[in-house]
Amino acid sequence: MTKDTQTGQRPLRVAIIEENSIRAAILVDGLREAGIVDVEVIETMTNMLRRLSTIDPDVIIIGIENPSRDVLEQMFQVSKLVSRPVAMFVDRSDGSMIQAAVEAGVSAYVVDGLRKERVKPIVDMAVSRFNAFDRLQRELLEARNELASRKIIERAKGILMRTRQLSEEEAYGLLRQTAMNEKRKLVDIAQSVVTAASLLER
Amino acid sequence: MWDLEAAGGGPVQKAGSVDDTPSETRRRPVPERLVRVGFIPLVDMAVLVAAAEQGFARREGIRLQLVKDVSWSNIRDRLAFRQFDVAHMLSPMPIASQLHLGSNPYPCFTPFALGRGGNAITLSVELYQEMQALAGLDGSEDALANGRALRQVVEHRRQAGRKPLVFAVTYPFSSHNYEFRFWLAAAGINPDADVTMTVVPPPLTVDAMMARAIDGFCVNAPWNVIAVEKGIGCIVATKADIWPSAPEKVLGVSPEWAEENPETLSRLMVALDAAARWCDDRQNHSALADMMSDPSYVGVPSDMIRRLLAGQLIVDPDGRTRQVHNYMAFHDQSANFPWISQALWIYSQMVRWGQVAYDEIGPALVRAAYRPEMYREVFGSSGVSVPPDDSRIEGVGAARFIDGRHFSPDDIPGYVAGFDIRNGINSSVAE
Repeated sequence: MTKDTQTGQRPLRVAIIEENSIRAAILVDGLREAGIVDVEVIETMTNMLRRLSTIDPDVIIIGIENPSRDVLEQMFQVSKLVSRPVAMFVDRSDGSMIQAAVEAGVSAYVVDGLRKERVKPIVDMAVSRFNAFDRLQRELLEARNELASRKIIERAKGILMRTRQLSEEEAYGLLRQTAMNEKRKLVDIAQSVVTAASLLER
Repeated sequence: MWDLEAAGGGPVQKAGSVDDTPSETRRRPVPERLVRVGFIPLVDMAVLVAAAEQGFARREGIRLQLVKDVSWSNIRDRLAFRQFDVAHMLSPMPIASQLHLGSNPYPCFTPFALGRGGNAITLSVELYQEMQALAGLDGSEDALANGRALRQVVEHRRQAGRKPLVFAVTYPFSSHNYEFRFWLAAAGINPDADVTMTVVPPPLTVDAMMARAIDGFCVNAPWNVIAVEKGIGCIVATKADIWPSAPEKVLGVSPEWAEENPETLSRLMVALDAAARWCDDRQNHSALADMMSDPSYVGVPSDMIRRLLAGQLIVDPDGRTRQVHNYMAFHDQSANFPWISQALWIYSQMVRWGQVAYDEIGPALVRAAYRPEMYREVFGSSGVSVPPDDSRIEGVGAARFIDGRHFSPDDIPGYVAGFDIRNGINSSVAE
């Protein structure tokens, strides 16, 4: 096995079990930045165990929402497929790292005996990337909602302009004033206007 | 317009309140205690759903927060890292945890079992047809006859040089694993040599069979029936056929949480006892099925759950049904009592299949996982019938094992050595 000339250790090999290709890409990216290039992504459950035994990783990263964690459990139990026993969370004494990992939804399986200094940066990186992915998802959702809200407000303005002969500015002002008076969101008031108009139209 | 905000601002004395506390004996209101419970969506979580939805927990001053999860590994880890206080667990999980088995063993315990039954073994239609062709089955056979037919197929395939059959269970430390293996071995099939055993999470079992990745599986309801209704599987054995007394799921408890909240744990057990009684009453099955069909729980049609609760199983795609006595029990016959002898039986199977070597300390560790004394303390003087002993000879009378042997908790090595098919790693056990 090729050894890292400076430390006398072979480079770490990491396997990522992840069905979502965007999240997998984000993780691979992060690992590359951290200088870990020996990374394999397993995207499907089919032949997962066989692929893992071929890759023979030092660290396995898998999201805790992935039901395949129970399959890994079997592999570590009857370790016929993998040459070395694998334990979860390098060092149970590092409570804050484990807490952060569980909260971010990351689980990491690490070859027994691997030094903590070598693994901690990987787990930390995975945690921050998982969090970043979550943030990304949230922002995407917010952006979508934002767009939908804007459309509803536009429609409500149009209805008010037409039915009450208001200018665009006045229509918007009326919606905003009503929202403030009723302590509700502008978009909710706009939605009420749209709904009411659709009821009255027929 | 009414200002709802202002009207709802303070505590309002409701006239005709649904609170059934008589006003003259009104107790000081106890602040509700939040208990976080992790679960896997399966019909055997019924007692937890009923406790949360039917008011049994509230009556004990507890607000149950049921949190759905996707894997038993998560259940174990989230209990360990204090995201859950208690959890719906496979009966062998607390035992494995005390024996330090598994990748993140967190010693937990159970003072209360959530019921018996619900498991079944389903084989693919193709495999069942091979069994029919070789052994002349007509579909009316019992579980053991089905197992023997399977053995013929296994033998036939070996002679023909075909690859071994692949069977799935849902977790290495599961009733499914031990029951599937028990049934196979009782029919003369060595699960470690004659077939390949693997793990597939419950919601993926049907898909895995449809994709022909597996030839059979053992899992709890509703997955067996779903496989049959999709026309891909036949149910060949149920838990009741293999060992009717087998404990299925238990309430796994975090020891730290129990230490800090002894009173809440007792109250929770009282609530679960009442819920379990309610679940056993056939008159409540419709309501229970409706509750569980909600997507936040099991999320399958209410009608299917109702039939499962009644033990009406569709066993093959032609629509043949079987009425299984005692298919699921939640309270009856001390179903909630954490029998030490049942914990030790599970340990005997762990030894039998080489998951752990038998030693003198083993049984003591197992006893730390099942806590009948806590059950006794909560229910001893309450009118709930509590068995006089923590242990008994298992497999006697109607509660027989499929192989007809008895299990005496005093002689685990002898019991294990008595199996022709085993994979012990301890030489003293394996002779």
